[in-house]
Amino acid sequence: MNLMKDRLLLIIFACVVLAAPLIFAPTGAAYPDLLQRFAIYGIFAIGFNILFGLTGYLSFGHAAFLGVGSYSAVWMFKLLSMNIVPALLLSIVIAGVFSLLIGYISLRRSGIYFSILTLALAQMCYNLAYSVLTPLTNGETGLQLRLDDPRILDAAGDAGSLPSTNFFGLEMKEVFWNPTIFGYDLQFNWGYYVCALLLILSFWISIRIFRSPFGLILRAVKTNQTRLNYTGINSRPYTLAAFVISGMFAGLAGGLLATMDPLAGAERMQWTVGGEVVLMVVLGGMGTLSGPVLGAVFIKYFENIFSKINDGVLHGWFAIMPEWIENAMVLIVSPFVGKGWHLTLGALFMIVVIFLPGGLVEGAQKIGAKLSGANKRAAKVGIE
Amino acid sequence: MDAILLQVLNGIDKGSAYALIALGLTLIFGTLGVVNFAHGALFMIGAFVAVTVGKILDISKVTLDPVRVDFLGNPAKIKTPYVTEWFGEFGFWMIEWSVLVSVIVAIPVMVLIGIILERGLIKHFYDRPHADQILVTFGLAIVLQEVIKAVFGANPIPQSAPELLKGSLDFGVMIGMAENTVIYPLWRLVYFCFSDLIIGGVFAFLRFTTFGMVVRAGMADRETVGLLGINIDKRFTIMFGVAAAVAGLAGVMYTPINPPNYHMGMDFLVLSFVVVVVGGMGSLPGAVAAGFLLGILESFASMPLIKDAIAAIGLPSIDQIIIYLVAVIVLLVRPRGLMGKAGMMED
Repeated sequence: MNLMKDRLLLIIFACVVLAAPLIFAPTGAAYPDLLQRFAIYGIFAIGFNILFGLTGYLSFGHAAFLGVGSYSAVWMFKLLSMNIVPALLLSIVIAGVFSLLIGYISLRRSGIYFSILTLALAQMCYNLAYSVLTPLTNGETGLQLRLDDPRILDAAGDAGSLPSTNFFGLEMKEVFWNPTIFGYDLQFNWGYYVCALLLILSFWISIRIFRSPFGLILRAVKTNQTRLNYTGINSRPYTLAAFVISGMFAGLAGGLLATMDPLAGAERMQWTVGGEVVLMVVLGGMGTLSGPVLGAVFIKYFENIFSKINDGVLHGWFAIMPEWIENAMVLIVSPFVGKGWHLTLGALFMIVVIFLPGGLVEGAQKIGAKLSGANKRAAKVGIE
Repeated sequence: MDAILLQVLNGIDKGSAYALIALGLTLIFGTLGVVNFAHGALFMIGAFVAVTVGKILDISKVTLDPVRVDFLGNPAKIKTPYVTEWFGEFGFWMIEWSVLVSVIVAIPVMVLIGIILERGLIKHFYDRPHADQILVTFGLAIVLQEVIKAVFGANPIPQSAPELLKGSLDFGVMIGMAENTVIYPLWRLVYFCFSDLIIGGVFAFLRFTTFGMVVRAGMADRETVGLLGINIDKRFTIMFGVAAAVAGLAGVMYTPINPPNYHMGMDFLVLSFVVVVVGGMGSLPGAVAAGFLLGILESFASMPLIKDAIAAIGLPSIDQIIIYLVAVIVLLVRPRGLMGKAGMMED
């Protein structure tokens, strides 16, 4: 029964993801760059959810793995080939090594200590990337491709311009189909579909982990770690495994960000980026399968849409009202949009944590339950 | 010798700020058991109280000069701040010493903000998991930061120290060294003394007053104190206000050293957490000691002599990460922190 449900969920999820350029067209978000970000941060959030949603260990340091993934991918582009496969593999492996190291240290403590330790270690990685390891990371400027990079596997055919990232010849930036459907100008590009397939794969892995005995132990850690230890199970290897898995997801996301735009900067490792993925998972619904992706899409969508609303647009919205109401409305709303988008995000986040600890998914379920409950009641009344 | 002294002095002003913020964090954690991610935001709000006070004192009446004209030929404008008109000499003194005025204003403002936060928000999170407490205070920090950004803009707003304390002190001469070897900005010395005063005040308050005694008893065993018929919640709320005031005052006094901007709180927050963890969660002396220790350590690591020595053995310079390295080592060797008590968040 459960298996059927999971399969159905996976199929629906895959369909939505694959048809995203069409589905998002009416919302104005269907341009490849933003869709790709949806998928990438979706992967990031799915990975984070395996740690935070299942074990309850709140890490503020996952931005470090995102950054490490980006740096390794760019190095692979510089040294070996512009093909994204070796780059992504390396970013997963290196992020895995980093998360093993950081996880080993910070998992010695739990609760608040764990959060603070991951925070400190991530900030240390940021400082390392920003200044100390400048030969590796190119410090403030960020790591970039150059014409005289070796790129051993690629024939140096493209003289004069920087090569672009590709998947066995399919250029990531290339729009392969550009139809007009329902009056919307749609763009299908390879880059999004690479990210989309990896997102579906990640989603599948996350379902498998949620349903496995391993996932069950992780949940037991969240419920009561002491009891788990008393039953004779050492929980540390399991939490460490979860930490490394989530770190590898973050590394993959970082590598994918580098395939979109082959440069990596230290600001990707700042702890506020790690805070953002926490926001995504909590907003969407931690410990749920689809919540993290929902949260990632939600935040990235509003980040792009809200931040573009300025006073002119607002005046357009409220133009029907009398002049003074229009001005008053613009005055009230404007701090929350445009540059003030973060204020909205913070407030929304607080509201969700206070009133809806299960996130948007829980909210939707509650509303659904209410509606179906109302239907049942209505049916009962009809019978009587 | 003089180089070492200079580094110690350079370290203590940052160390003072760390110690003050960490003290507030520990107070909140020790009494209410809540990890306050918004504590850096309280530090920042304190700094912006100083900015606001400075702006209010600067509100001026503009009159036209009957004699002089500016380069366009219009009569020149004379600005007279209202406070000087109202209070005369005292008004000028207030503008000059606006930092001091801000300190006096900041205490009630910050206590009030602290109590409102505790009663309005954090009270509802005592029974929720620690992760929820972290998340909600993190969200609060973002909101406070963005509100300040919306009101004051994103650029740093420089504040000046009083003229009398603006210069620097030739510290070397005072202890019998040659001139111009150890020069130290006077305001930083003031900051150090001020923070010592506050730390001493908080400790004395907890140690020598009945109120402090009850609070300490409540920190040790909240339930028993409650059973004895003492309203411990009310006292803990006031302690939250005190902790907010400590962070706010640290912010007010820091404005002449570093122009306040809206993200200064977040910048200090991470380091303050490291300080609290190194000092030992829940230990007030530990937080203060670790604050000064890490501040001084940080300035030592950026000393040219030590930088050269590290470069000589082939390592990159570590001044940017020394604090984190120390934190990791301390936690690996002594997980409880330097002065941590047993049983404090041991799970």
